[in-house]
Amino acid sequence: MAARPEPIHAHVIDDLRFIRETMERAGAFTAVPGWGGVAMGISAVGTAIISGPPDNTTRWVAVWLIDAVVAVAIALVSTAWKSRTSGVPLSGVPALRFGLAYAPPLVAGMVLTPVFVTMGLMARLPGCWLLLYGTAVTTGGAFSVRIVPIVGGGCMARGVVGFVAPAPWGHWLMAAGFGGLHIVFGLIIARRYGG
Amino acid sequence: MGRKSEARSLKSEVRNLKPEAPPKRGPLDLDRLIHERLRLGIVSALAVNDRLTFNDLKRLLRTTDGNLSVHARKLEDAEYIACDKSFDGRIPRTEFRITPAGRRAFEKYLTHMEAIIKAAKA
Repeated sequence: MAARPEPIHAHVIDDLRFIRETMERAGAFTAVPGWGGVAMGISAVGTAIISGPPDNTTRWVAVWLIDAVVAVAIALVSTAWKSRTSGVPLSGVPALRFGLAYAPPLVAGMVLTPVFVTMGLMARLPGCWLLLYGTAVTTGGAFSVRIVPIVGGGCMARGVVGFVAPAPWGHWLMAAGFGGLHIVFGLIIARRYGG
Repeated sequence: MGRKSEARSLKSEVRNLKPEAPPKRGPLDLDRLIHERLRLGIVSALAVNDRLTFNDLKRLLRTTDGNLSVHARKLEDAEYIACDKSFDGRIPRTEFRITPAGRRAFEKYLTHMEAIIKAAKA
């Protein structure tokens, strides 16, 4: 007995699923927040002024950890806002790939921070943080708009300088990396990529 | 008639040729050019990217050079996509982008799909 022909709408649903999956695989994560980056940059410049040069005290580390918490909050809120306004779902494949590539270097940073503190290497934390954050942005940026990996590369370069430059330059390197790069590229992203 | 004048008359004949009119489609007929699976993949991928290289598309659609070339050429001939060839050092680089006509055709195709689903539900 011949098999019953499949109804046409079943083919159509299959085609739509194929289109959605192809677009997801091909698409970049575009909900990177430009204005959020500017806010994070301003917060980092303020923190550099408050913290002063690295002085091997836990106070200096604590000031920057508070800034990190503030930056994460800004990033979450501004990414959610941009995702909603631009219609890019945070549950989609591009966002998942971005997140999976972005997170590991940050986890490495969380592990290395207490190691540097307990070994008395706090003066070298700016190099460590900038290098790992830059790596996170570069690897995550491979799944985002082209400008994002450039920001990451800039942070990585400052991180390398942070390891070889005199320790008192640390807070200025942090201001240039976490502050300057976020502000400049945040403005470019906001203008070119919708907020 | 000399060869030169013969060639001139042929050229003018070719210039005056009108492209064959596409067959009329009913409201639920799909654009066959886009409907083929690989071509649908090419257009879908280019709809969410400014441009993609030949290798990007090949990897994304998990297809062969020959297959991708043939189907991309069909979309190019229909002016649904445009192809830019350049050199990256000594390596040839082929990039594709969707044209406004291609984007319109893709949107129309999706509208047709929507209409079919609605008709099936009714």
